[in-house]
Amino acid sequence: MSYDAPPIEGETRADATGKPSGYPLWEVFVRAQRGLSHVHAGSLHAPDAASAARSARDVYTRRQEGVSIWVVPSSAIHATDPDVADAWFDSDKPYRHPTFYEIPEAIGHM
Amino acid sequence: MTVTDATSTDPSAVGQARFDELLADGRKVEPRDWMPDEYRKTMIRQIAQHAHSEVIGQQPEGNWITRAPSLKRKSILMAKVQDEAGHGLYLYSAAETLGVSRDELNEMLHSGRQKYSSIFNYPTLSWSDMGAVGWLVDGAAITNQVMLTRTSYGPYARAMIKICKEESFHQRQGFEIMLTMVNGTAEQKAMAQDSLNRWWWPALAMFGPPDADSTHTTQSIAWGIKLETNDQLRQKFVDMTVPQAEYLGLTVPDPDLRWNDETGHYEFGAIDWDDFWAVVKGDGPCNRERIAHKVKAWEDGAWVREAGRAHAE
Amino acid sequence: MLSYLLRLADDNLVLAQRLSALIARMPELEEDIAIANIGLDHLGQARNFYSYASQFDALGRDEDQFAMLRSEREFVNAVLVEQPDVDFAHTVVRQFFVDAYQVPLYEVLAASTDETLAGMAAKALKEARYHLEYSSGWVIRLGDGTSESHERCQTAVDTLWPFTADLFAGETSDAELIAQGVAADPAVLRPQFDRTISAVLAEAQLRCPSDPYQRLGGRTGFHTEHLGHLLPEMQSVYRAHPGATW
Repeated sequence: MSYDAPPIEGETRADATGKPSGYPLWEVFVRAQRGLSHVHAGSLHAPDAASAARSARDVYTRRQEGVSIWVVPSSAIHATDPDVADAWFDSDKPYRHPTFYEIPEAIGHM
Repeated sequence: MTVTDATSTDPSAVGQARFDELLADGRKVEPRDWMPDEYRKTMIRQIAQHAHSEVIGQQPEGNWITRAPSLKRKSILMAKVQDEAGHGLYLYSAAETLGVSRDELNEMLHSGRQKYSSIFNYPTLSWSDMGAVGWLVDGAAITNQVMLTRTSYGPYARAMIKICKEESFHQRQGFEIMLTMVNGTAEQKAMAQDSLNRWWWPALAMFGPPDADSTHTTQSIAWGIKLETNDQLRQKFVDMTVPQAEYLGLTVPDPDLRWNDETGHYEFGAIDWDDFWAVVKGDGPCNRERIAHKVKAWEDGAWVREAGRAHAE
Repeated sequence: MLSYLLRLADDNLVLAQRLSALIARMPELEEDIAIANIGLDHLGQARNFYSYASQFDALGRDEDQFAMLRSEREFVNAVLVEQPDVDFAHTVVRQFFVDAYQVPLYEVLAASTDETLAGMAAKALKEARYHLEYSSGWVIRLGDGTSESHERCQTAVDTLWPFTADLFAGETSDAELIAQGVAADPAVLRPQFDRTISAVLAEAQLRCPSDPYQRLGGRTGFHTEHLGHLLPEMQSVYRAHPGATW
């Protein structure tokens, strides 16, 4: 077994005989209640989308944690590279934040 | 942060520095971060072992679902065993973010290359074992798992948070079974004591070998995988559980057990580590059955999975 | 009324008992979780119907006494639900036949003039619809999967079909309950059942069984031999400790 593979894997891998023995991997997103976005809950294996959604219901909403589910093939997720996270996410522009500006107290809440 | 020095060209040196910094800051390591090979291997081994434990753990309790003595208990036990499967799945899901597939994990369990908790290699011989397993085995597991909600690998910590939230019902239902039995007929009370006698020592052994003999503990603590040692967790469990046994009016099967006023802890007798290692190495009462059961289910299901894949195409 | 409720309850309990034995034996971990869910739903339905039946019982038996102290000859489930889990195809096809029956059954009962029964049926209906989605999905996957899965699924359909008419078998006393709008008329349920069966089997490319033979008798306690193995296991602990609380 090699651990060098990219950490996010979508495709079903082959077993020793070269045949896949399980199902493809799906990422599960659950909307906890109306008014909220779908949030990543985890993953599971299923032969197809319908089955993935059904399993997601059984696995991730056993205690009424959701009102809607998305399932996405894990292989379809494209993630940013953490090695370049600085370049992507560290450019702060303080003037985008409301606290950058001084408003006289007499004006009150703005 | 000075480590992303542009002159550094060795990506693993940069990665190592960032990894060290994350741990030092108590921040989480996430799937696509660079991490030392050994950290990845240790994480895979530990999460897989944990997942396998949940999955194999379905069997000893599943053994009594069809015979549960009331429909209420049958519902509770089914829901609990279903939770174990769910927890196994959360954990496989976490392990897979490290680049190992479910197929590989299954294969390593079936071939014995990866272990599961030895506790599940003991048989469940009476209904009161459903009480003892919930109370003691889940109790011990929770002690360990609460610590792991703060572990350094993000997906593992998140899985543990979900699992801990769901597991407290497991321990409580177990204690309730024990409580009902000790307040029942003489026969029921005797069953409850017998269960405690058989599960007490294996439950203590669940925390793993003593710190002095534990090969992985120091590194695991340095990496923020574990936050407390085996012996610390074991002591915590004993301190918590002995008063519960007293409340039940049951006798903990340890003649050396006594309260130490000075330390504020219970002292307890020596664990039979020879027995523990024999079970770990495959010679426990149920090792062969548990794996055979799992492999049979997997092999019996091969044609179904093949059909599922064929239909999807 | 007691007899009618016991039939509803027994169908669900015996099926739940079968499903509960499958946990940790399914083809995938995800399916262990799915089958436990369905089993729990049926068990919950059985418990509701038993508790209500209790009110009509001269002996005032509770759910556990109904489940644990009646013999094989006193159980009135349809013979379909006691059939064994030979393989995954049998499990899925048995479930599919039950779901195709329970969906129209609970639709009708949700409008029962008996409000308690209507409430129980309305809740059960949601569950049954979900079960039907699961089981029909699998019948189609197996039928339209590999040649092995097709063959196994066809065998399960052919083997289990002769036990389906028993689902609809009633008692003479039902006529009054049906007239009062309390119970469901099997004659009303049957066409919807047949439509579901033929639509799903067609999509799964499976043959509708043509053998007219049907094995009846469950509703009067004339069971297949399988029930005599299922019940003693289920009742063993309860019966070994008379009067104990669990």
